Amino acid sequence: MGLLNRLDDPYEGGGIVLGKIEELLNWGRSKSDWYLHFGLACCAIEFMAMNASHFDFMRFGTIPRTSPRQADFIMVTGTVTFKMAERIKILYEQMAEPKYVISVGSCSNSGGPYWEHGYHVLKGVDRIIPVDVYIPGCPPRPEAFEEGMMKLQEKINKQAIFNKRKLLGTE
Amino acid sequence: MTEIKRYDLEYSQLDSDRMRINVGPQHPSTHGVLRLEVEVDGEIVTEVVPHLGYLHRSFEKHCEKMTFPQIIPYIDRMDYISAMNNEWPYVMALEKMLDVKVPEKVEFIRVIVAELNRLANHQIAVATFGMDAGAFTPFLYYFRDRESIIWILERLSGARLLYNYFRVGGMAADIYPGFKEDCLEVVKKVRKTNEEIMDLLIHNNIFIKRTANVGVLTPEVAINFACSGPVLRGSGVKFDLRKDEPYSVYDRFDFDVPVGVGEVGVVGDCWNRNMVRMKEMEQSCRIIEQALEMMPEEGDVTGGVPRRIKPPKGEMYIRTENPKGELGFYLVTNGTDKPERLKARGPSFVNLSVIPEISKGYMFADLILILGSIDIVLGEVDR
Ligand code: SF4
Repeated sequence: MGLLNRLDDPYEGGGIVLGKIEELLNWGRSKSDWYLHFGLACCAIEFMAMNASHFDFMRFGTIPRTSPRQADFIMVTGTVTFKMAERIKILYEQMAEPKYVISVGSCSNSGGPYWEHGYHVLKGVDRIIPVDVYIPGCPPRPEAFEEGMMKLQEKINKQAIFNKRKLLGTE
Repeated sequence: MTEIKRYDLEYSQLDSDRMRINVGPQHPSTHGVLRLEVEVDGEIVTEVVPHLGYLHRSFEKHCEKMTFPQIIPYIDRMDYISAMNNEWPYVMALEKMLDVKVPEKVEFIRVIVAELNRLANHQIAVATFGMDAGAFTPFLYYFRDRESIIWILERLSGARLLYNYFRVGGMAADIYPGFKEDCLEVVKKVRKTNEEIMDLLIHNNIFIKRTANVGVLTPEVAINFACSGPVLRGSGVKFDLRKDEPYSVYDRFDFDVPVGVGEVGVVGDCWNRNMVRMKEMEQSCRIIEQALEMMPEEGDVTGGVPRRIKPPKGEMYIRTENPKGELGFYLVTNGTDKPERLKARGPSFVNLSVIPEISKGYMFADLILILGSIDIVLGEVDR
């Protein structure tokens, strides 16, 4: 499906790839996603382990950023409280388009263990910002983080840039 | 003796305006979602006001609504880096109230998993402290080693971070075959990496320049603020509940309580607090080795868990030594299967309160290091 798969095409002796500009741009975009790390609670510790040597999250081309202006997507890892929700909204709005959101852990998906009696917990970060990928788990295993990242890359690869009405992809 | 780097500049001397800066709540070096309102005079910190509540997850409300065994997962989520240590005082309080005798083997398993978790906690603490000072390598080394600890705990309990492994009167599952060998392997690895880190980070000249003589916490202040754990011991006060008020089987082990002695810098500075953690890791290794030796082979681990937990009316306060300090649970029961109230005394919260006191008069960049050396976890501060 991807652009690189076509490199082996015996076209004019090889070395030439025919494709759409969109595919090229999306290929670049999906392989160098920088993220705004939004570590909130226990899931952030698992995410730290994910970032460290054993699992090496950076092989996806991701680099942690601390400023929303430089980030392509935001990783909400942990419990979103009402006090924090305000901040998340502000930071999300500061990010430049195109922007994506990954919600990590039951807490930011739906309130998680604090769903019933947590009077100060937002029942899902999707109530304030649009979420692209949900990663389930409490906390999710590092393998789940990898899968979530791959899902986001898939999504980016399918996006249309010029003709927004037509969705790319099914090849 | 080296001179302490505290800057006592008068406002009038500098003739500059004071400025208020906001650090956090979303900042990688605040170790969570802590917000600090800092007043600076040039680059010198004159006032720090911590703002809490960004991770308030209604712990006490949940305790009122849940039955006793259901509360254990919520206690995991208080101090999520050392979940095993958190569960312990809670089940101990219930066991005392119910008059349940814990089998010998269970006690040893508890000691081993708690010490393993202490190792994991201190590894994160030293790693992130190094990262605050600009050293990324210790982070990578420690997280590589931490995986092997996590792996053992995962095989025991089924979870990587939040274990829910303790039960009243026993454990959720027995140890697996080969547990002892795995633990010894981990101990070996931890010792080896610690040796490396000693050269790489602790005795690194840049690291010493940044952390020695910074954020000095005198023993008097530490005691007055009720600090505990490595923060208190870093100031030279020898106080460890495992030694001074032995619970479980800690009185049978031979281990030391390391305190800050000021090999570098003065007693009570960031370097010494960090050094105490390094030395504690060695002591934890010693405890694990002895516990593995003394642990009885036979014993029913899961059998003693009562079906219904309904303690009589009353109250109980139990405190144990968490990796971060003294963790206490004040449990009030009313004769039903839910507690009337469960109050936690979190070490992170108490230790955090000393920040405004010890960061005054240092450079702004030092404030980050001081915060890192206190080793807080926001889940426990806000609960
Ligand atoms: S989903 Fe679970 S692990 Fe993640 S922040 Fe919530 S309680 Fe913690």
